[in-house]
Amino acid sequence: MEQKQTDLLRGTLDLLVLKALSLEPLHGVGISRRITQITKGAYQVSFGSLFPVLHRMEERGWAEAEWRSSDNNRRAKYYRLTSAGRAQLKHEERQWNQVVQIMAAAVQSS
Amino acid sequence: MGRIMPKRILSLFRNLFRKRAIEQALDDELRSTLEALIEEKMQEGLSHSEARREALIEIGGIEQVKSGVRGARAGHFAEVVASDIGYGLRRLRRNRSFTAAATLTLALGIGGTTAIFSVVNGILIQPLPYSHPERLVEVGLDLPGINQFNWPLSPPEYFTFREQSRTFEDIGLYYTGFGAALYSANVTGAGRPEHVPALGVSDGVLPILEVTPMLGRSFTRADDAPGSSDVMMITHGYWHSKFGGDRSVIGKTIDVDGKPSTIIGVLPQRFRFLDMTNLDILLPLRPKTQRGYNYFAIARLKPGVTLAEANADVARMLRMQVERFPEAAQFFKETQIRPNLQPLKQYIVGDIGKVLWVLMGGIGLVLLIACANVASLVLVRVDGRQQELAIRAALGGSPGRIAGGLLLESLLLAVIGGALGLLFAYGGLRALIALAPGNLPRLHDIGIDGLVLLFTLSVTIVAALLFGTMPALRYAGARVATGLRDAGRSVSASRERHRARNAFVIVQVGLALVLLVSSGLMIRTFLALTHVQPGFTTPAEVETFHVHFPPEMMKTPERLVRMDHAILDNIGAIPGVSSADFSGAVPMDAGAESDPVLVKDHILEGQAPPALRCYWVSPGFFRTMGVPIVAGRDLTWDDILSKRPVAIVSENLARGYWNNPPDALGKQIGGSPKDWRQIVGVVGNVHDDGTSQEAPVTVYWPITDADVFLGGPAFALRSPRVGTQSLINEVQRAVWSVDPNLPLNEVHTLNYFYSKSMARTSFTLVMLALAGGMALLLGIVGLYGVIAYSVSQRTHEIGIRMALGAQKRDVLKLVVNVGLALTVIGVGVGVVAALALTRFLSSLLYGVKPTDPLTFVVVSLVLTGVALLACYIPARRATKADPIVALRYE
Repeated sequence: MEQKQTDLLRGTLDLLVLKALSLEPLHGVGISRRITQITKGAYQVSFGSLFPVLHRMEERGWAEAEWRSSDNNRRAKYYRLTSAGRAQLKHEERQWNQVVQIMAAAVQSS
Repeated sequence: MGRIMPKRILSLFRNLFRKRAIEQALDDELRSTLEALIEEKMQEGLSHSEARREALIEIGGIEQVKSGVRGARAGHFAEVVASDIGYGLRRLRRNRSFTAAATLTLALGIGGTTAIFSVVNGILIQPLPYSHPERLVEVGLDLPGINQFNWPLSPPEYFTFREQSRTFEDIGLYYTGFGAALYSANVTGAGRPEHVPALGVSDGVLPILEVTPMLGRSFTRADDAPGSSDVMMITHGYWHSKFGGDRSVIGKTIDVDGKPSTIIGVLPQRFRFLDMTNLDILLPLRPKTQRGYNYFAIARLKPGVTLAEANADVARMLRMQVERFPEAAQFFKETQIRPNLQPLKQYIVGDIGKVLWVLMGGIGLVLLIACANVASLVLVRVDGRQQELAIRAALGGSPGRIAGGLLLESLLLAVIGGALGLLFAYGGLRALIALAPGNLPRLHDIGIDGLVLLFTLSVTIVAALLFGTMPALRYAGARVATGLRDAGRSVSASRERHRARNAFVIVQVGLALVLLVSSGLMIRTFLALTHVQPGFTTPAEVETFHVHFPPEMMKTPERLVRMDHAILDNIGAIPGVSSADFSGAVPMDAGAESDPVLVKDHILEGQAPPALRCYWVSPGFFRTMGVPIVAGRDLTWDDILSKRPVAIVSENLARGYWNNPPDALGKQIGGSPKDWRQIVGVVGNVHDDGTSQEAPVTVYWPITDADVFLGGPAFALRSPRVGTQSLINEVQRAVWSVDPNLPLNEVHTLNYFYSKSMARTSFTLVMLALAGGMALLLGIVGLYGVIAYSVSQRTHEIGIRMALGAQKRDVLKLVVNVGLALTVIGVGVGVVAALALTRFLSSLLYGVKPTDPLTFVVVSLVLTGVALLACYIPARRATKADPIVALRYE
């Protein structure tokens, strides 16, 4: 399995995780797969990076966690966005778009 | 962004206090994640074991993930520190001897520094215990025209200053007596008659200090008016000892010096007047209007007034004084009178600061040596841990975390040492106060307070940084490879590591030399002082004491002379007493003042007469004190009783004016141009201001010339029995057979005053010698440690050398040479440092230069000798090593 680990800008992983959780509550593996899916396989997040982000989000109140049974009757810890998390997602999306526009303009200028 | 949400603070507490539950939850989460991954991979068709392997690879190390999550958690830092503290404490407990050596060394250094700082703090730093003490000043006068400085005030000046000042809120006069003859009063009419220390105050004094009585009232201006009814205040201590703390004491009348006085107030317990430790009663001063410079004055400046402004204000009022009192104009002109205002604290503390800062510097050096010692110990210990540190680094321990851990261990050591040091300081301080010279000011203000604790804490932290930084930095980034490779062998004591320890030894030896030279110089000073002939002989055989007749007897000086004479006859008749006398003051008791003295035929026009030391003495004074009569004769009772105009002068006076002592006989001197006296005798010089000062030029007048001394004379007697209680009892009986109401006061031998005059020198000497001794001990222990360690590291090498035929002598030389080289460099560094530093001592030295070659050479030799001994012991041990064992020793 090839590991495509691009140097993610600081905060980018936060945005991806928030985005991944915006549709439905997921557990760790689920979030990892969802990120691979929404980035069309460009990013594969390592668990070593993912879990610290999840725990930090929980502490900041962006996500809530609860133990639930998964599809195949296993217990797993599911993370769900809180309203503060949704607000944070909006905020980070706006910021990201700004950065993209500015950088795109900068790169295209001759 | 960086704001901390309340939720995160909650998490912080949850994380810190529910650590186990959280770790458990994290474990569960990771396990379920692992299982989910395994399941996923098995669904892709892998076998269970293959799926598990792949899953583990994908997670990338459970421990690393955990550590990442922990790092992201709130309070992570606190957790790390807590775990490191626990780890550090466990290590310290395991290494008992190291911990004991290091903490004791630190405790010695920190404790000593804390003790001396407590003294510096109590005396120099703490403000006086009055509100807004910075606005309090002592108002004195300088009279440069007659070489008199720091004079007290006279009442006319006081009244003018009180009414006309623009810079004083108020000014008050007080009277404490002079020298050893402190103001005191006979109290009768309430229990046993007693003689108690007293203080005279004008009505302004207590309000200026913002002292309010705890019972009753303070003195008012009406109380201070001459002729008003007699009132008194008592101190809290006297209230308890005399009246058992009875609250109905207000309004009670007791006899003070034979006059009934009403108690109007009791002062609070915390009240202390300037630096007077012993005070029972306060009486209204009631200054009369005639001029007489007998009263001290304190004033409270208006807010925002500077000392210079106040001085200018007083100068203005002194000019005013000349217009108001034309008869004083001549005196003011001749004396060139001018104000001398001092902050009250400076007035009380005096010049003790010089001594204290020297001691502080000395003990600071001891602390540095202690730190160097501990740094050396820590280096050795961290050396032994290299392997462990390398393994930690290899397992992913960050350099920061490892360095932090090492530094934290140093801090733990320092904190334990500091706490122990605080105990040492507490004990040491008591010893120090007991040892301190009687003239050390503000002894009561010395103690361990908040500032001292803060100081100790800072010193502890600085010490930890001093001895902990180097090892932490050196080993934090310990090259994994080297560390692991070296692990097996202990031989490879790297050159670099030795260099650091050697540097510590050099610094230690150097600092110890500085301290030893300082104590050596103080010893030389002390010896020089004791070699100065004070002018009197065998002072331990001279007993002195004061009696105080009731003031109303002052009106009949003839009666006083008779009573003094009767007492003198009685004590002279005591068996074993060879000579006795009475006088206004005793040599070196600081009771004698200097007054202008005119010498006939040597009066220079337009120049003020010189101020000479004046004594008023009875016949027998010189025989009792053991002052030789150089020419002429002693006073006789005939001179005294018939009031003949005679005087005796000191040899330096006679030589100064007439070159040859016998030539002084018959010459005329006097206190005023109308009052000439003939010199009938010349006596030896007496170092009245202490042996470190030149003997003052002195005139001895017949005691009958000054009635004031007849009422409270200092008696003295010479006897080999001095120092025995039986003699004191007999003296007491001799006095009481003349007047049973006369208590003996200030009973001291002449030797007491003699040693007191050297008290500051001996105090400094003892303190510096203690510091020097500690420095020597620590420095030598440090050197010994380094040599012993290097020998233990070189056992293998020494074994090879001996196997190849090296003689014991060669091995001995090999080891000792290393120590000797370090010592010689250390001594060299120390000599240079001492040359630069000892000049701070110069004001404390007498009869020896701060660069005294003898002291430097002797101290260097002694230090080198002791250092050689410290090297010799491990060196001998090395030669005892059996080559076979040494070679096998790995």
